[in-house]
Amino acid sequence: MIETNALSKRYGDTVVVDGVTLSLPAAEVTAIIGPNGAGKSTFLSMIARLLSIDTGTAHVCGMDVAKAPSDALALKLAVLRQDNQIVARLTVRDLVGFGRFPHSRGRLTGEDRAMVEEAIGFLGLQDFAERYLDELSGGQRQRAFVAMVLAQDTQTILLDEPLNNLDIRHAVAMMRLVRRAADELGKTIVVVLHDINFAAAYADRIVAMKNGRVAVEGRVEDVVTETIIGEIFGIEASIRQVDDQIVCLFRR
Amino acid sequence: MDDALRLDERRAAARPIAPPSKPRRSAIRENGVILAGLGALALVSCVLFMTIDARGAWGFVLPFRGAKLAAMLLVGHAIAVSTILFQTISANRILTPSIMGFDAFYGLIQTVLVFFAGAAFAAALDPKLLFTVETITLIGFASLLYGTLLSTGARDIHRLLLSGVILGVLFRSVSGLMQRLIDPTEFVVVQDRLFASFNSVDTTLLGISAIVIAVVTLAVIRMLPVLDVLALGREPAISLGIEHRRMVLIVLGIVASFVAVSTALVGPVAFFGLLVASLARVLVGSREHAATILAASLLAAIALVAGQTILERVLGFDAVLGMVVEFIGGIVFLVLLLKRGTA
Ligand SMILES: Nc1ncnc2c1ncn2[C@@H]1O[C@H](COP(=O)(O)OP(=O)(O)OP(=O)(O)O)[C@@H](O)[C@H]1O
Ligand SMILES: [Mg+2]
Repeated sequence: MIETNALSKRYGDTVVVDGVTLSLPAAEVTAIIGPNGAGKSTFLSMIARLLSIDTGTAHVCGMDVAKAPSDALALKLAVLRQDNQIVARLTVRDLVGFGRFPHSRGRLTGEDRAMVEEAIGFLGLQDFAERYLDELSGGQRQRAFVAMVLAQDTQTILLDEPLNNLDIRHAVAMMRLVRRAADELGKTIVVVLHDINFAAAYADRIVAMKNGRVAVEGRVEDVVTETIIGEIFGIEASIRQVDDQIVCLFRR
Repeated sequence: MDDALRLDERRAAARPIAPPSKPRRSAIRENGVILAGLGALALVSCVLFMTIDARGAWGFVLPFRGAKLAAMLLVGHAIAVSTILFQTISANRILTPSIMGFDAFYGLIQTVLVFFAGAAFAAALDPKLLFTVETITLIGFASLLYGTLLSTGARDIHRLLLSGVILGVLFRSVSGLMQRLIDPTEFVVVQDRLFASFNSVDTTLLGISAIVIAVVTLAVIRMLPVLDVLALGREPAISLGIEHRRMVLIVLGIVASFVAVSTALVGPVAFFGLLVASLARVLVGSREHAATILAASLLAAIALVAGQTILERVLGFDAVLGMVVEFIGGIVFLVLLLKRGTA
Protein backbone atom coordinates (compact mmCIF):
# COMPACT_ATOMS: atom_id res chain seq x y z
CA MET A 1 0.00 0.00 0.00
CA ILE A 2 1.37 3.37 -1.04
CA GLU A 3 -0.28 6.61 -0.04
CA THR A 4 0.76 10.11 -0.95
CA ASN A 5 -0.81 13.27 0.29
CA ALA A 6 -0.36 16.56 -1.58
CA LEU A 7 3.17 15.50 -2.54
CA SER A 8 5.08 18.36 -4.19
CA LYS A 9 8.52 19.13 -5.50
CA ARG A 10 9.81 22.34 -6.98
CA TYR A 11 13.08 23.39 -8.56
CA GLY A 12 13.42 27.12 -8.24
CA ASP A 13 10.15 28.53 -9.52
CA THR A 14 9.13 25.43 -11.44
CA VAL A 15 6.82 23.02 -9.70
CA VAL A 16 7.60 19.60 -11.16
CA VAL A 17 5.34 17.54 -8.91
CA ASP A 18 2.29 19.47 -7.86
CA GLY A 19 0.20 18.22 -4.95
CA VAL A 20 -0.13 14.59 -5.93
CA THR A 21 -2.56 12.69 -3.69
CA LEU A 22 -2.82 9.02 -4.51
CA SER A 23 -3.68 5.79 -2.80
CA LEU A 24 -2.28 2.70 -4.50
CA PRO A 25 -3.72 -0.50 -3.08
CA ALA A 26 -1.65 -3.51 -2.08
CA ALA A 27 -1.22 -6.47 -4.43
CA GLU A 28 -2.00 -4.38 -7.50
CA VAL A 29 0.05 -3.25 -10.46
CA THR A 30 -0.22 0.47 -11.06
CA ALA A 31 1.17 1.92 -14.26
CA ILE A 32 2.19 5.57 -14.41
CA ILE A 33 2.08 7.07 -17.88
CA GLY A 34 2.63 10.59 -19.11
CA PRO A 35 4.80 12.66 -21.42
CA ASN A 36 8.50 13.35 -20.88
CA GLY A 37 8.99 15.75 -18.03
CA ALA A 38 5.58 15.07 -16.51
CA GLY A 39 7.19 14.39 -13.14
CA LYS A 40 6.88 10.60 -13.04
CA SER A 41 10.46 9.89 -12.00
CA THR A 42 10.46 12.77 -9.54
CA PHE A 43 7.29 11.43 -7.96
CA LEU A 44 8.74 7.93 -7.67
CA SER A 45 12.05 9.22 -6.30
CA MET A 46 10.28 11.09 -3.52
CA ILE A 47 8.33 7.99 -2.51
CA ALA A 48 11.60 6.06 -2.50
CA ARG A 49 13.25 8.76 -0.29
CA LEU A 50 15.89 9.33 -2.98
CA LEU A 51 14.74 12.91 -3.36
CA SER A 52 13.65 15.18 -0.54
CA ILE A 53 9.97 16.02 -0.34
CA ASP A 54 9.19 19.74 -0.42
CA THR A 55 5.64 19.54 0.89
CA GLY A 56 3.19 16.74 1.50
CA THR A 57 3.75 13.23 2.77
CA ALA A 58 4.28 9.74 1.39
CA HIS A 59 3.59 6.51 3.25
CA VAL A 60 4.75 3.03 2.24
CA CYS A 61 3.34 0.10 4.21
CA GLY A 62 2.23 2.58 6.86
CA MET A 63 5.70 4.13 7.21
CA ASP A 64 6.28 7.81 6.58
CA VAL A 65 9.16 7.73 4.11
CA ALA A 66 10.56 11.04 5.32
CA LYS A 67 10.74 9.88 8.94
CA ALA A 68 11.07 6.10 8.96
CA PRO A 69 14.57 4.66 9.39
CA SER A 70 16.11 4.00 6.00
CA ASP A 71 17.04 0.42 6.82
CA ALA A 72 13.50 -0.43 7.93
CA LEU A 73 12.14 1.02 4.70
CA ALA A 74 14.61 -1.00 2.65
CA LEU A 75 12.92 -4.16 3.92
CA LYS A 76 9.58 -2.92 2.55
CA LEU A 77 10.47 -0.93 -0.55
CA ALA A 78 12.75 -1.54 -3.50
CA VAL A 79 13.22 0.80 -6.42
CA LEU A 80 14.58 0.60 -9.95
CA ARG A 81 15.71 4.00 -11.17
CA GLN A 82 15.42 5.24 -14.71
CA ASP A 83 19.15 5.48 -15.21
CA ASN A 84 21.58 3.24 -13.43
CA GLN A 85 25.27 3.94 -13.36
CA ILE A 86 27.73 2.33 -11.04
CA VAL A 87 31.37 3.26 -10.62
CA ALA A 88 32.44 0.04 -8.91
CA ARG A 89 33.30 -2.81 -11.24
CA LEU A 90 30.88 -5.62 -10.40
CA THR A 91 29.62 -8.84 -11.92
CA VAL A 92 25.91 -9.48 -12.32
CA ARG A 93 25.98 -11.85 -9.35
CA ASP A 94 27.75 -9.26 -7.19
CA LEU A 95 25.17 -6.64 -8.11
CA VAL A 96 22.17 -8.88 -7.48
CA GLY A 97 23.79 -9.94 -4.19
CA PHE A 98 23.65 -6.32 -3.02
CA GLY A 99 19.87 -6.61 -3.19
CA ARG A 100 20.14 -8.82 -0.09
CA PHE A 101 22.00 -6.17 1.91
CA PRO A 102 18.93 -4.96 3.83
CA HIS A 103 18.40 -8.51 5.07
CA SER A 104 21.93 -9.77 5.61
CA ARG A 105 23.98 -6.57 6.06
CA GLY A 106 26.68 -7.86 3.74
CA ARG A 107 27.01 -11.43 5.00
CA LEU A 108 25.08 -13.54 2.54
CA THR A 109 23.53 -16.65 4.07
CA GLY A 110 22.62 -19.77 2.11
CA GLU A 111 19.07 -18.49 1.85
CA ASP A 112 20.29 -15.13 0.53
CA ARG A 113 22.34 -16.92 -2.11
CA ALA A 114 19.34 -18.99 -3.13
CA MET A 115 17.28 -15.84 -3.60
CA VAL A 116 20.04 -14.23 -5.62
CA GLU A 117 20.16 -17.23 -7.94
CA GLU A 118 16.39 -17.24 -8.20
CA ALA A 119 16.30 -13.57 -9.19
CA ILE A 120 19.06 -14.17 -11.73
CA GLY A 121 17.01 -17.07 -13.11
CA PHE A 122 13.80 -15.03 -13.30
CA LEU A 123 15.51 -12.46 -15.47
CA GLY A 124 17.20 -15.07 -17.63
CA LEU A 125 20.69 -13.99 -16.64
CA GLN A 126 22.17 -17.40 -15.75
CA ASP A 127 24.62 -17.27 -18.64
CA PHE A 128 25.80 -13.79 -17.71
CA ALA A 129 26.01 -14.16 -13.94
CA GLU A 130 29.81 -13.92 -13.85
CA ARG A 131 30.03 -11.15 -16.44
CA TYR A 132 30.99 -7.65 -15.44
CA LEU A 133 28.25 -5.07 -15.91
CA ASP A 134 30.31 -3.13 -18.43
CA GLU A 135 30.50 -6.25 -20.58
CA LEU A 136 26.72 -6.54 -21.02
CA SER A 137 24.33 -5.18 -23.61
CA GLY A 138 21.95 -2.42 -22.55
CA GLY A 139 19.03 -4.78 -22.13
CA GLN A 140 21.05 -7.36 -20.23
CA ARG A 141 22.28 -4.67 -17.87
CA GLN A 142 18.74 -3.40 -17.37
CA ARG A 143 17.66 -6.92 -16.44
CA ALA A 144 20.53 -7.22 -13.98
CA PHE A 145 19.31 -4.12 -12.16
CA VAL A 146 15.76 -5.48 -12.08
CA ALA A 147 17.12 -8.76 -10.69
CA MET A 148 18.76 -6.78 -7.89
CA VAL A 149 15.41 -5.16 -7.09
CA LEU A 150 13.70 -8.56 -7.05
CA ALA A 151 16.38 -10.01 -4.79
CA GLN A 152 15.56 -7.33 -2.24
CA ASP A 153 12.25 -9.19 -1.87
CA THR A 154 10.13 -6.29 -0.64
CA GLN A 155 6.37 -5.90 -0.34
CA THR A 156 6.46 -2.74 -2.47
CA ILE A 157 8.37 -2.33 -5.71
CA LEU A 158 8.82 0.85 -7.75
CA LEU A 159 10.04 0.39 -11.31
CA ASP A 160 10.92 3.46 -13.37
CA GLU A 161 10.78 2.43 -17.03
CA PRO A 162 11.85 -1.20 -16.52
CA LEU A 163 11.29 -1.91 -20.21
CA ASN A 164 14.06 0.45 -21.30
CA ASN A 165 16.36 -1.29 -23.76
CA LEU A 166 14.42 -4.57 -23.67
CA ASP A 167 13.45 -6.44 -26.82
CA ILE A 168 9.78 -7.35 -27.18
CA ARG A 169 10.25 -10.86 -25.85
CA HIS A 170 11.99 -9.70 -22.72
CA ALA A 171 9.56 -6.83 -22.32
CA VAL A 172 6.66 -9.28 -22.32
CA ALA A 173 8.48 -11.59 -19.92
CA MET A 174 9.23 -8.66 -17.63
CA MET A 175 5.59 -7.57 -17.50
CA ARG A 176 4.48 -11.15 -16.88
CA LEU A 177 6.93 -11.32 -14.03
CA VAL A 178 5.50 -8.10 -12.63
CA ARG A 179 1.95 -9.44 -12.97
CA ARG A 180 2.92 -12.67 -11.29
CA ALA A 181 4.63 -10.94 -8.38
CA ALA A 182 1.41 -9.06 -7.71
CA ASP A 183 -0.94 -12.00 -8.21
CA GLU A 184 1.00 -14.76 -6.52
CA LEU A 185 3.09 -12.97 -3.95
CA GLY A 186 0.73 -10.08 -3.27
CA LYS A 187 3.36 -7.43 -4.05
CA THR A 188 2.40 -3.81 -4.61
CA ILE A 189 4.02 -2.62 -7.80
CA VAL A 190 4.23 0.80 -9.39
CA VAL A 191 5.71 0.85 -12.85
CA VAL A 192 6.40 3.80 -15.12
CA LEU A 193 5.70 2.84 -18.73
CA HIS A 194 5.82 4.73 -21.99
CA ASP A 195 4.08 2.06 -24.02
CA ILE A 196 0.37 2.49 -23.42
CA ASN A 197 -0.33 -0.97 -24.78
CA PHE A 198 1.85 -2.55 -22.14
CA ALA A 199 0.17 -0.47 -19.47
CA ALA A 200 -3.25 -1.44 -20.74
CA ALA A 201 -2.38 -5.12 -20.98
CA TYR A 202 -0.70 -5.69 -17.64
CA ALA A 203 -1.75 -3.02 -15.14
CA ASP A 204 -4.74 -3.05 -12.82
CA ARG A 205 -4.78 0.68 -12.61
CA ILE A 206 -3.32 3.55 -14.57
CA VAL A 207 -2.21 6.94 -13.31
CA ALA A 208 -1.74 9.48 -16.08
CA MET A 209 0.47 12.42 -15.13
CA LYS A 210 0.90 15.71 -16.92
CA ASN A 211 2.72 18.84 -15.80
CA GLY A 212 3.37 17.43 -12.36
CA ARG A 213 -0.24 16.61 -11.61
CA VAL A 214 -2.37 13.52 -11.82
CA ALA A 215 -4.45 14.15 -14.92
CA VAL A 216 -6.53 10.99 -14.70
CA GLU A 217 -6.46 7.96 -12.50
CA GLY A 218 -8.49 4.77 -12.60
CA ARG A 219 -9.02 1.32 -14.08
CA VAL A 220 -7.45 0.66 -17.46
CA GLU A 221 -10.68 0.94 -19.44
CA ASP A 222 -11.48 4.29 -17.82
CA VAL A 223 -8.11 5.85 -18.58
CA VAL A 224 -7.19 4.41 -21.95
CA THR A 225 -9.76 6.24 -24.06
CA GLU A 226 -9.26 8.26 -27.20
CA THR A 227 -10.06 11.58 -25.56
CA ILE A 228 -7.90 11.06 -22.47
CA ILE A 229 -4.85 9.69 -24.29
CA GLY A 230 -5.25 12.36 -26.95
CA GLU A 231 -5.37 15.08 -24.35
CA ILE A 232 -2.46 13.87 -22.26
CA PHE A 233 -0.03 13.29 -25.08
CA GLY A 234 -1.42 15.81 -27.55
CA ILE A 235 -1.73 13.30 -30.38
CA GLU A 236 -4.59 11.53 -32.04
CA ALA A 237 -5.00 7.97 -30.88
CA SER A 238 -7.39 5.20 -31.87
CA ILE A 239 -8.36 2.81 -29.12
CA ARG A 240 -9.69 -0.60 -30.15
CA GLN A 241 -10.69 -3.77 -28.44
CA VAL A 242 -8.78 -6.73 -29.86
CA ASP A 243 -9.85 -10.05 -28.38
CA ASP A 244 -10.18 -9.09 -24.73
CA GLN A 245 -7.42 -6.51 -24.80
CA ILE A 246 -7.50 -2.75 -25.21
CA VAL A 247 -4.99 -1.55 -27.79
CA CYS A 248 -3.91 1.91 -28.72
CA LEU A 249 -2.95 2.89 -32.26
CA PHE A 250 -1.43 6.15 -33.35
CA ARG A 251 -2.60 7.77 -36.55
CA ARG A 252 -0.10 8.44 -39.26
CA MET B 1 13.55 -14.85 -18.33
CA ASP B 2 12.67 -18.10 -19.98
CA ASP B 3 11.54 -19.08 -16.54
CA ALA B 4 9.08 -16.28 -16.52
CA LEU B 5 7.76 -17.29 -19.91
CA ARG B 6 7.30 -20.85 -18.78
CA LEU B 7 6.07 -19.86 -15.43
CA ASP B 8 3.38 -22.47 -15.11
CA GLU B 9 5.76 -25.33 -15.59
CA ARG B 10 8.05 -23.70 -13.18
CA ARG B 11 5.41 -23.26 -10.57
CA ALA B 12 4.46 -26.91 -10.90
CA ALA B 13 7.95 -27.98 -10.07
CA ALA B 14 8.83 -27.73 -6.41
CA ARG B 15 11.19 -24.89 -5.58
CA PRO B 16 14.72 -26.23 -5.79
CA ILE B 17 16.08 -26.86 -2.32
CA ALA B 18 19.70 -26.24 -3.16
CA PRO B 19 19.86 -23.97 -6.19
CA PRO B 20 23.00 -24.16 -8.30
CA SER B 21 24.58 -21.34 -6.40
CA LYS B 22 28.32 -21.08 -6.49
CA PRO B 23 29.06 -19.57 -3.12
CA ARG B 24 31.12 -16.56 -4.04
CA ARG B 25 34.42 -16.51 -2.24
CA SER B 26 35.31 -13.35 -0.39
CA ALA B 27 37.52 -10.98 -2.33
CA ILE B 28 40.33 -11.47 0.16
CA ARG B 29 40.38 -15.23 -0.41
CA GLU B 30 39.94 -14.86 -4.12
CA ASN B 31 43.04 -12.66 -4.24
CA GLY B 32 44.85 -14.55 -1.50
CA VAL B 33 47.98 -15.13 -3.55
CA ILE B 34 48.32 -11.51 -4.61
CA LEU B 35 47.72 -10.21 -1.09
CA ALA B 36 50.15 -12.69 0.44
CA GLY B 37 52.72 -11.68 -2.17
CA LEU B 38 52.26 -8.02 -1.35
CA GLY B 39 52.54 -8.80 2.36
CA ALA B 40 55.79 -10.67 1.80
CA LEU B 41 57.20 -7.85 -0.32
CA ALA B 42 56.28 -5.31 2.33
CA LEU B 43 57.95 -7.42 4.99
CA VAL B 44 61.12 -7.86 2.97
CA SER B 45 61.25 -4.11 2.32
CA CYS B 46 60.97 -3.42 6.04
CA VAL B 47 63.71 -5.90 6.93
CA LEU B 48 66.03 -4.51 4.27
CA PHE B 49 65.34 -0.96 5.34
CA MET B 50 66.23 -1.80 8.93
CA THR B 51 69.35 -3.84 8.22
CA ILE B 52 71.20 -2.59 5.13
CA ASP B 53 74.34 -0.71 6.06
CA ALA B 54 73.63 -0.93 9.77
CA ARG B 55 77.30 -1.76 10.46
CA GLY B 56 76.55 -3.25 13.83
CA ALA B 57 75.62 0.04 15.46
CA TRP B 58 72.29 -1.43 16.52
CA GLY B 59 71.82 0.67 19.62
CA PHE B 60 71.62 3.76 17.46
CA VAL B 61 70.27 2.37 14.22
CA LEU B 62 67.30 0.40 15.52
CA PRO B 63 65.42 3.16 17.32
CA PHE B 64 66.31 5.74 14.68
CA ARG B 65 65.32 3.65 11.68
CA GLY B 66 62.48 2.05 13.61
CA ALA B 67 60.84 5.43 14.15
CA LYS B 68 61.26 6.33 10.52
CA LEU B 69 59.89 2.97 9.41
CA ALA B 70 56.89 3.28 11.72
CA ALA B 71 56.19 6.73 10.35
CA MET B 72 56.34 5.50 6.76
CA LEU B 73 54.01 2.60 7.49
CA LEU B 74 51.53 4.82 9.31
CA VAL B 75 51.59 7.49 6.64
CA GLY B 76 51.35 4.98 3.80
CA HIS B 77 48.37 3.30 5.41
CA ALA B 78 46.70 6.65 6.17
CA ILE B 79 47.11 7.95 2.63
CA ALA B 80 46.03 4.70 0.99
CA VAL B 81 42.90 4.18 3.06
CA SER B 82 41.83 7.82 3.11
CA THR B 83 42.12 7.98 -0.68
CA ILE B 84 40.01 4.88 -1.24
CA LEU B 85 37.37 6.02 1.25
CA PHE B 86 37.18 9.46 -0.27
CA GLN B 87 36.83 8.01 -3.74
CA THR B 88 34.06 5.74 -2.51
CA ILE B 89 31.93 8.54 -1.11
CA SER B 90 32.59 10.91 -4.00
CA ALA B 91 31.88 8.13 -6.52
CA ASN B 92 34.95 8.72 -8.65
CA ARG B 93 38.44 7.40 -9.07
CA ILE B 94 40.39 10.57 -9.66
CA LEU B 95 40.02 12.69 -6.56
CA THR B 96 42.09 12.32 -3.43
CA PRO B 97 41.58 14.12 -0.12
CA SER B 98 44.70 16.05 -0.92
CA ILE B 99 43.55 17.19 -4.35
CA MET B 100 40.37 18.33 -2.61
CA GLY B 101 42.40 20.53 -0.26
CA PHE B 102 42.23 18.54 2.98
CA ASP B 103 45.89 18.90 3.84
CA ALA B 104 45.98 22.52 2.74
CA PHE B 105 43.23 23.09 5.24
CA TYR B 106 45.26 21.33 7.91
CA GLY B 107 48.13 23.68 7.10
CA LEU B 108 45.77 26.63 7.41
CA ILE B 109 44.66 25.53 10.87
CA GLN B 110 48.29 25.40 12.00
CA THR B 111 49.07 28.80 10.53
CA VAL B 112 45.99 30.39 12.04
CA LEU B 113 47.00 29.03 15.42
CA VAL B 114 50.47 30.53 15.28
CA PHE B 115 49.12 33.74 13.79
CA PHE B 116 46.65 34.41 16.55
CA ALA B 117 48.22 32.70 19.53
CA GLY B 118 51.83 33.46 18.70
CA ALA B 119 54.65 31.06 18.04
CA ALA B 120 55.84 31.14 21.63
CA PHE B 121 52.46 29.99 22.83
CA ALA B 122 52.15 27.35 20.12
CA ALA B 123 55.64 26.08 20.80
CA ALA B 124 55.00 25.91 24.54
CA LEU B 125 51.92 23.78 24.07
CA ASP B 126 52.20 20.04 24.23
CA PRO B 127 52.51 19.00 20.56
CA LYS B 128 50.18 16.08 21.20
CA LEU B 129 47.52 18.40 22.56
CA LEU B 130 48.04 20.70 19.61
CA PHE B 131 47.76 17.79 17.21
CA THR B 132 44.54 16.63 18.85
CA VAL B 133 42.98 20.08 18.64
CA GLU B 134 44.04 20.47 15.01
CA THR B 135 42.70 17.05 14.10
CA ILE B 136 39.34 17.70 15.70
CA THR B 137 39.10 21.07 13.94
CA LEU B 138 39.91 19.40 10.62
CA ILE B 139 37.27 16.71 11.19
CA GLY B 140 34.67 19.35 12.00
CA PHE B 141 35.39 21.58 9.04
CA ALA B 142 35.87 18.73 6.59
CA SER B 143 32.49 17.28 7.51
CA LEU B 144 30.82 20.66 7.17
CA LEU B 145 32.50 21.77 3.98
CA TYR B 146 32.85 18.56 2.02
CA GLY B 147 29.68 17.09 3.47
CA THR B 148 27.77 19.97 1.93
CA LEU B 149 29.74 19.76 -1.29
CA LEU B 150 29.09 16.05 -1.70
CA SER B 151 25.45 16.02 -0.67
CA THR B 152 24.26 19.04 -2.64
CA GLY B 153 24.42 17.01 -5.78
CA ALA B 154 27.82 18.28 -6.87
CA ARG B 155 28.42 14.87 -8.34
CA ASP B 156 29.80 16.16 -11.56
CA ILE B 157 33.39 15.11 -11.29
CA HIS B 158 34.82 18.16 -12.97
CA ARG B 159 32.90 20.50 -10.74
CA LEU B 160 34.09 18.63 -7.67
CA LEU B 161 37.65 18.66 -8.92
CA LEU B 162 37.46 22.37 -9.63
CA SER B 163 35.94 23.10 -6.21
CA GLY B 164 38.71 21.10 -4.59
CA VAL B 165 41.46 22.87 -6.49
CA ILE B 166 39.95 26.26 -5.72
CA LEU B 167 39.55 25.42 -2.03
CA GLY B 168 43.13 24.16 -1.92
CA VAL B 169 44.45 27.33 -3.51
CA LEU B 170 42.32 29.43 -1.19
CA PHE B 171 43.58 27.66 1.94
CA ARG B 172 47.18 27.83 0.75
CA SER B 173 46.93 31.51 -0.18
CA VAL B 174 45.41 32.47 3.15
CA SER B 175 48.09 30.45 4.95
CA GLY B 176 50.74 32.11 2.78
CA LEU B 177 49.40 35.57 3.50
CA MET B 178 49.31 34.96 7.24
CA GLN B 179 52.80 33.50 7.18
CA ARG B 180 54.07 36.63 5.48
CA LEU B 181 52.34 38.81 8.03
CA ILE B 182 53.84 37.11 11.04
CA ASP B 183 57.20 37.66 12.58
CA PRO B 184 60.00 35.89 10.65
CA THR B 185 61.09 34.05 13.78
CA GLU B 186 57.60 32.82 14.35
CA PHE B 187 57.39 31.84 10.71
CA VAL B 188 60.17 29.35 11.30
CA VAL B 189 57.90 27.52 13.73
CA VAL B 190 55.15 27.21 11.16
CA GLN B 191 57.55 26.28 8.44
CA ASP B 192 58.94 23.51 10.56
CA ARG B 193 55.49 22.04 10.93
CA LEU B 194 54.34 22.61 7.37
CA PHE B 195 57.33 21.40 5.49
CA ALA B 196 57.91 18.09 7.15
CA SER B 197 58.90 15.41 4.65
CA PHE B 198 59.59 11.73 4.47
CA ASN B 199 63.12 12.57 5.46
CA SER B 200 62.41 14.75 8.46
CA VAL B 201 59.59 12.86 10.10
CA ASP B 202 58.10 14.51 13.15
CA THR B 203 58.65 11.63 15.59
CA THR B 204 57.18 13.31 18.68
CA LEU B 205 53.75 12.56 17.26
CA LEU B 206 54.41 8.91 16.39
CA GLY B 207 52.71 7.47 19.46
CA ILE B 208 49.53 9.45 19.25
CA SER B 209 49.43 8.96 15.48
CA ALA B 210 49.60 5.22 15.93
CA ILE B 211 46.71 5.36 18.38
CA VAL B 212 44.58 7.52 16.06
CA ILE B 213 45.31 5.24 13.10
CA ALA B 214 44.48 2.12 15.10
CA VAL B 215 41.15 3.51 16.30
CA VAL B 216 40.14 4.83 12.90
CA THR B 217 41.20 1.63 11.15
CA LEU B 218 39.02 -0.37 13.53
CA ALA B 219 36.12 1.90 12.63
CA VAL B 220 36.82 1.27 8.95
CA ILE B 221 36.88 -2.49 9.47
CA ARG B 222 33.51 -2.37 11.19
CA MET B 223 32.12 -0.35 8.28
CA LEU B 224 33.42 -2.57 5.48
CA PRO B 225 30.03 -3.93 4.25
CA VAL B 226 28.52 -0.45 4.40
CA LEU B 227 31.44 0.92 2.38
CA ASP B 228 30.77 -1.65 -0.32
CA VAL B 229 27.19 -0.42 -0.57
CA LEU B 230 28.25 3.25 -0.50
CA ALA B 231 30.42 2.52 -3.53
CA LEU B 232 27.27 1.82 -5.55
CA GLY B 233 26.46 5.52 -5.38
CA ARG B 234 24.05 7.66 -3.42
CA GLU B 235 20.70 6.44 -4.73
CA PRO B 236 21.40 2.69 -4.74
CA ALA B 237 22.87 3.01 -1.24
CA ILE B 238 19.77 4.77 0.07
CA SER B 239 17.53 2.20 -1.61
CA LEU B 240 19.40 -0.49 0.28
CA GLY B 241 18.75 1.22 3.57
CA ILE B 242 21.95 3.21 4.16
CA GLU B 243 21.55 6.57 5.91
CA HIS B 244 23.62 8.11 3.18
CA ARG B 245 24.22 11.59 4.55
CA ARG B 246 25.17 10.32 7.99
CA MET B 247 27.52 7.70 6.55
CA VAL B 248 29.20 10.23 4.27
CA LEU B 249 29.84 12.47 7.26
CA ILE B 250 31.27 9.59 9.26
CA VAL B 251 33.54 8.57 6.38
CA LEU B 252 34.64 12.20 5.94
CA GLY B 253 35.52 12.28 9.64
CA ILE B 254 37.60 9.14 9.20
CA VAL B 255 39.30 10.55 6.11
CA ALA B 256 40.07 13.78 7.97
CA SER B 257 41.66 11.84 10.82
CA PHE B 258 43.89 9.94 8.41
CA VAL B 259 44.88 13.12 6.61
CA ALA B 260 45.67 14.87 9.89
CA VAL B 261 48.03 12.06 10.84
CA SER B 262 49.83 11.88 7.53
CA THR B 263 50.12 15.65 7.20
CA ALA B 264 51.38 16.04 10.76
CA LEU B 265 54.02 13.37 10.22
CA VAL B 266 55.35 14.12 6.74
CA GLY B 267 53.42 17.09 5.33
CA PRO B 268 51.13 17.26 2.31
CA VAL B 269 51.27 14.43 -0.22
CA ALA B 270 49.06 15.02 -3.24
CA PHE B 271 49.12 12.16 -5.72
CA PHE B 272 50.62 9.22 -3.89
CA GLY B 273 47.21 8.01 -2.70
CA LEU B 274 45.97 7.96 -6.26
CA LEU B 275 48.87 5.78 -7.29
CA VAL B 276 48.31 3.07 -4.66
CA ALA B 277 44.51 3.16 -4.87
CA SER B 278 44.51 2.73 -8.65
CA LEU B 279 47.12 0.00 -8.51
CA ALA B 280 45.19 -1.84 -5.79
CA ARG B 281 42.03 -1.82 -7.90
CA VAL B 282 43.91 -3.21 -10.86
CA LEU B 283 45.34 -6.00 -8.70
CA VAL B 284 42.35 -7.07 -6.59
CA GLY B 285 39.33 -5.32 -8.12
CA SER B 286 36.89 -3.07 -6.32
CA ARG B 287 34.15 -5.49 -5.30
CA GLU B 288 35.02 -5.56 -1.62
CA HIS B 289 36.71 -2.79 0.30
CA ALA B 290 38.32 -5.36 2.57
CA ALA B 291 40.58 -6.56 -0.24
CA THR B 292 41.07 -3.19 -1.95
CA ILE B 293 42.02 -1.40 1.25
CA LEU B 294 44.38 -4.15 2.36
CA ALA B 295 46.10 -4.19 -1.03
CA ALA B 296 46.40 -0.40 -1.17
CA SER B 297 47.86 -0.23 2.31
CA LEU B 298 50.44 -2.92 1.52
CA LEU B 299 51.31 -1.26 -1.79
CA ALA B 300 51.83 2.04 0.03
CA ALA B 301 54.13 0.36 2.53
CA ILE B 302 56.11 -1.27 -0.25
CA ALA B 303 56.41 1.92 -2.29
CA LEU B 304 57.54 4.04 0.63
CA VAL B 305 59.80 1.61 2.45
CA ALA B 306 61.36 -0.04 -0.59
CA GLY B 307 61.57 3.34 -2.31
CA GLN B 308 63.33 4.91 0.65
CA THR B 309 65.66 1.92 1.02
CA ILE B 310 66.71 2.09 -2.61
CA LEU B 311 67.02 5.87 -2.79
CA GLU B 312 68.75 6.37 0.53
CA ARG B 313 70.85 3.27 1.01
CA VAL B 314 71.58 2.19 -2.54
CA LEU B 315 71.57 5.35 -4.61
CA GLY B 316 72.48 7.75 -1.86
CA PHE B 317 69.76 10.30 -2.55
CA ASP B 318 68.23 11.15 0.77
CA ALA B 319 65.52 13.65 0.25
CA VAL B 320 63.82 12.71 -2.97
CA LEU B 321 61.33 9.97 -2.00
CA GLY B 322 58.47 12.42 -1.70
CA MET B 323 59.31 13.84 -5.10
CA VAL B 324 59.52 10.43 -6.75
CA VAL B 325 56.21 9.08 -5.41
CA GLU B 326 54.51 12.35 -6.25
CA PHE B 327 55.91 12.31 -9.74
CA ILE B 328 54.67 8.80 -10.46
CA GLY B 329 51.34 9.53 -8.75
CA GLY B 330 50.98 12.71 -10.79
CA ILE B 331 51.43 10.75 -13.98
CA VAL B 332 48.73 8.30 -12.86
CA PHE B 333 46.47 11.28 -12.19
CA LEU B 334 46.97 12.65 -15.69
CA VAL B 335 46.44 9.24 -17.27
CA LEU B 336 43.21 8.74 -15.34
CA LEU B 337 42.01 12.23 -16.17
CA LEU B 338 42.69 11.76 -19.86
CA LYS B 339 41.33 8.24 -20.00
CA ARG B 340 37.88 8.97 -18.70
CA GLY B 341 36.22 11.68 -16.72
CA THR B 342 34.33 9.67 -14.18
CA ALA B 343 35.44 6.14 -13.61
N1 LIG C 1 17.53 18.57 -10.72
C1 LIG C 1 16.59 19.21 -11.45
N2 LIG C 1 16.60 20.55 -11.56
C2 LIG C 1 15.67 21.20 -12.26
N3 LIG C 1 14.67 20.60 -12.91
C3 LIG C 1 14.59 19.27 -12.85
C4 LIG C 1 15.56 18.50 -12.11
N4 LIG C 1 15.21 17.20 -12.23
C5 LIG C 1 14.13 17.16 -13.00
N5 LIG C 1 13.75 18.39 -13.38
C6 LIG C 1 12.59 18.72 -14.19
O1 LIG C 1 11.47 18.17 -13.58
C7 LIG C 1 10.55 17.74 -14.53
C8 LIG C 1 10.10 16.33 -14.23
O2 LIG C 1 11.18 15.45 -14.41
P1 LIG C 1 10.99 13.88 -14.31
O3 LIG C 1 12.32 13.25 -14.45
O4 LIG C 1 10.22 13.57 -13.08
O5 LIG C 1 10.10 13.58 -15.60
P2 LIG C 1 9.56 12.20 -16.12
O6 LIG C 1 8.08 12.29 -16.10
O7 LIG C 1 10.18 11.07 -15.40
O8 LIG C 1 10.06 12.24 -17.63
P3 LIG C 1 10.64 11.07 -18.57
O9 LIG C 1 9.46 10.41 -19.19
O10 LIG C 1 11.42 11.80 -19.59
O11 LIG C 1 11.44 10.17 -17.73
C9 LIG C 1 11.22 17.89 -15.90
O12 LIG C 1 10.69 19.00 -16.54
C10 LIG C 1 12.65 18.11 -15.56
O13 LIG C 1 13.25 18.96 -16.49
MG1 LIG D 1 11.45 9.60 -15.87
